[in-house]
Amino acid sequence: MTEQIWKNEERAVFALRSLYRRYGYAPYKMSRFEEYELYVRNKDFLVSDQIITFSGSGGRLMALKPDVTLSIVKNAPETPGVVQKAYYNENVYRDYREIMQAGLECVGDLGEYEIAEVVLLAAESLALLGEPYVLNLSHMGLVGAMLRSSGLSGKQQRQAMACLRRKNRHELEGLCGGNPLAVSKLSTLLTCRGGMEALKRVEAVLTTEGERQAMAELRALWAILEGRENAIRLDFSVGSDLGYYSGVVFRGYLAGVPESVLSGGQYDALARKMGKRCRAIGFAIYLDLLQELHQQENMLDVDTLILHDGSVDTCALIAAAQEAAKKGSVLVARETPRERRWKHLVDLRNGEGR
Amino acid sequence: MDMLNIALPKGRLGEKAYAMLKNSGYPCPALEDPGRRLIFENPEKNVRYFWVKPSDVAIYVERGAADLGIVGKDILLEYAPDVYELLDLNMGKCRMAVAGKKDFREPVGKTLKVATKFPNIAQRYYSGKCRDIDIIHLNGSIELAPILGLSHVIVDIVETGVTLRENDLMVYEEIVPISARLIANVAAYQFKEQSINRICGSLREQMEGKS
Repeated sequence: MTEQIWKNEERAVFALRSLYRRYGYAPYKMSRFEEYELYVRNKDFLVSDQIITFSGSGGRLMALKPDVTLSIVKNAPETPGVVQKAYYNENVYRDYREIMQAGLECVGDLGEYEIAEVVLLAAESLALLGEPYVLNLSHMGLVGAMLRSSGLSGKQQRQAMACLRRKNRHELEGLCGGNPLAVSKLSTLLTCRGGMEALKRVEAVLTTEGERQAMAELRALWAILEGRENAIRLDFSVGSDLGYYSGVVFRGYLAGVPESVLSGGQYDALARKMGKRCRAIGFAIYLDLLQELHQQENMLDVDTLILHDGSVDTCALIAAAQEAAKKGSVLVARETPRERRWKHLVDLRNGEGR
Repeated sequence: MDMLNIALPKGRLGEKAYAMLKNSGYPCPALEDPGRRLIFENPEKNVRYFWVKPSDVAIYVERGAADLGIVGKDILLEYAPDVYELLDLNMGKCRMAVAGKKDFREPVGKTLKVATKFPNIAQRYYSGKCRDIDIIHLNGSIELAPILGLSHVIVDIVETGVTLRENDLMVYEEIVPISARLIANVAAYQFKEQSINRICGSLREQMEGKS
């Protein structure tokens, strides 16, 4: 009964919290606002640049938080060997909307284990939210290295990145023009999708040491994820800003939700930009999108409707309501309520009991 | 297998696109009967088509009401929807261009008044040139604006150039070539990848066969 009245997003919050706690992530609670300067310095990292600002004490410009990650990275530990693991469930404010977001961040002296753990927790989170799910995985270190070695100018590289994101092969090939190296490398990235086979195809077109190093990282991670090819796929259209993301990046989808519900990655470059000597990886889940998921809708709003005309003794009315509430939900009203549907009607008007 | 929802732009382009999709193994006989219905289904082939205003196709696809859609590149450039752009269909070819009166001379030292249905494309084009402009957003008969002195130039789609010529206007600069594209909803692609790729492959073959 209790489970039934939970909305999808409420159920998700409980399930995710339990999952993250089991892996040693501590709850993180942040205040509703931060100084605007924190966001304006890292504007491109944010999903939207529509930040709601107001004047704080002493004339400082404050912002309703559009993001949680920046606040966590700001306070990240820099001691060797120390890792901070945090999860959150916060409302963030973007484009004049309040958005319920959950997620986790793992910051500090990260190793291969932590990276793999976060990717696996992203997959586990999706599985908790609903099946089937798909987690697309890419590596910005690899994509960045391949773009740099393709012989394209800086502007062309940015355009090529946009083509990769849109799976737009026709314009990508046009952009590479008569450059066969660029065509071979970037078309391979664009068309490769799936598991080990896709990985091998990309491997075959690598030419530089930087590319091979990034590929080795991706290969090591893929070995850990092996066996989950149905749900986790390599897909290099998962693109994020190269200025912030340096390693693995991923995006998650649930059948029935028309956009990605989970987005994350390794953002060591953001930490560096913020002057922190640490590495960082995390993801966010956009809980408001779970409203889109089909929920077994109860066609009835209430089990029992008790109608009375004000002449019924209040004690008798309370007793009737309590009796009905023992079996299910009850609504006591003087008029037949509009836009509500009920299973049983108890009509106490005109002293009747039906 | 899940139903595949395809948004077609009303008009000639949509009809041509449907003919190609039919050849790809997704016919829908109901759609071929004339009438005023907007939605057509072929349960045998698990496909549902619907006719929408051409400029709305991208919205249907981005929001997931349609898995696939056929849309002009002009709409993709103007609204920048978050969709996969899988194929250039090489149909509905035209160009986005700047046009003005035949005796037009760019006003030096003045803000350039630009009438257009595509404010974002115009804004982006002129910011790339660091040119100060005043955008006049119109919904139709854009060619009237320079004739009546409402604007200096227009940014609009030019197909054959007949309308421009008949109104003593001419193209001054070409901004970008335009053609119809096959787009897919990003999330739908994850779950209907096989059907979408099959359609894509077949459309590509049909285009290569023609060229």
